[in-house]
Amino acid sequence: MTTAVELVRDTPFTIGARTFHSRLMVGTGKYRDNDSMVRAIEASGAEIVTVAVRRVDLDRTQQAGILHHLDPKKYFLLANTAGCHTAEDAIRYARLAREAGFNEFIKLEVIGDQETLLPDVPGLVDAARTLVKEGFQVLAYTNEDLVAALRLEDAGCAAVMPLASPIGSGLGLLNPYSVRTIKRRLKVPVIVDAGVGTASDACLTMEQGVDGILMNTALAAAQDPVAMAHAMRLAVEAGRAAFLAGRMPRREVALPSSPLEGMLD
Amino acid sequence: MTEKIDITLNGERRAVASGLTLLGLVRSLDLDPRAVVVEHNRAIVRRPALGDVRVAPGDAIELVHFVGGG
Repeated sequence: MTTAVELVRDTPFTIGARTFHSRLMVGTGKYRDNDSMVRAIEASGAEIVTVAVRRVDLDRTQQAGILHHLDPKKYFLLANTAGCHTAEDAIRYARLAREAGFNEFIKLEVIGDQETLLPDVPGLVDAARTLVKEGFQVLAYTNEDLVAALRLEDAGCAAVMPLASPIGSGLGLLNPYSVRTIKRRLKVPVIVDAGVGTASDACLTMEQGVDGILMNTALAAAQDPVAMAHAMRLAVEAGRAAFLAGRMPRREVALPSSPLEGMLD
Repeated sequence: MTEKIDITLNGERRAVASGLTLLGLVRSLDLDPRAVVVEHNRAIVRRPALGDVRVAPGDAIELVHFVGGG
């Protein structure tokens, strides 16, 4: 099937040396059950799927490892450093993730404030520098600040991931201007991570020209995660296609669509 | 009776049989060594070396894996 995106000749979505077919990336946290998670991921069409690194529950009272449910041959597993508050912790988690995992990619998070989960930018830059030296492909979750994004690119990050709004908030894209500016100024891919709540948020975000979106709660906390995953897939494709198509200019006054000539007396 | 030693395993104090290797420890917990990563006193021990490292009294050992996350 020819998609609209193919009709407008999209460029490949490449991070580091790897090319991906879907611009929608999804998380695996907070689903009601593993079955709805697996079906939602399938419906999203996502290829990149994020996971977290945690202690094995030795009493077996909590969830089993995610790999019981997700086929690592089918999905590209992107481990995160979620929950880390210092560069040192994030580096430790990244190393463990690489050992557990299947690739050299890490979604780097260094949280600076517990209420907003906004990033600690100096910590991010420090951790990114170290991890890049160790051969990681670092995708850094950051705020929508251009200078922070530039510093992360300078540190060697493979992609920069500004937020749409705080993690898990579902408030949508609060600052399209900043996200657009970051996309315009960076050479590495810009993937919006966090804050998307519904399909229109995803579409609007992609219309800013960013390379992709990562979301988790928007699917996991939807009434019907599978249906929302389908909606998000369409929204990301629609937003991307609209960006490539180039929107009409905005006007402050109306312009008739029908001819003024030929009206009856 | 096997002699026991105290270690810290995933943040909790635990008595385990003395003389165990890391591989033996993982197996004694009914875990698949291919499905966990072992950190021994803050250093990652790669899977092929798990059978070579013996657990000593006071060791801090972390066993981690992937769980759902965003």
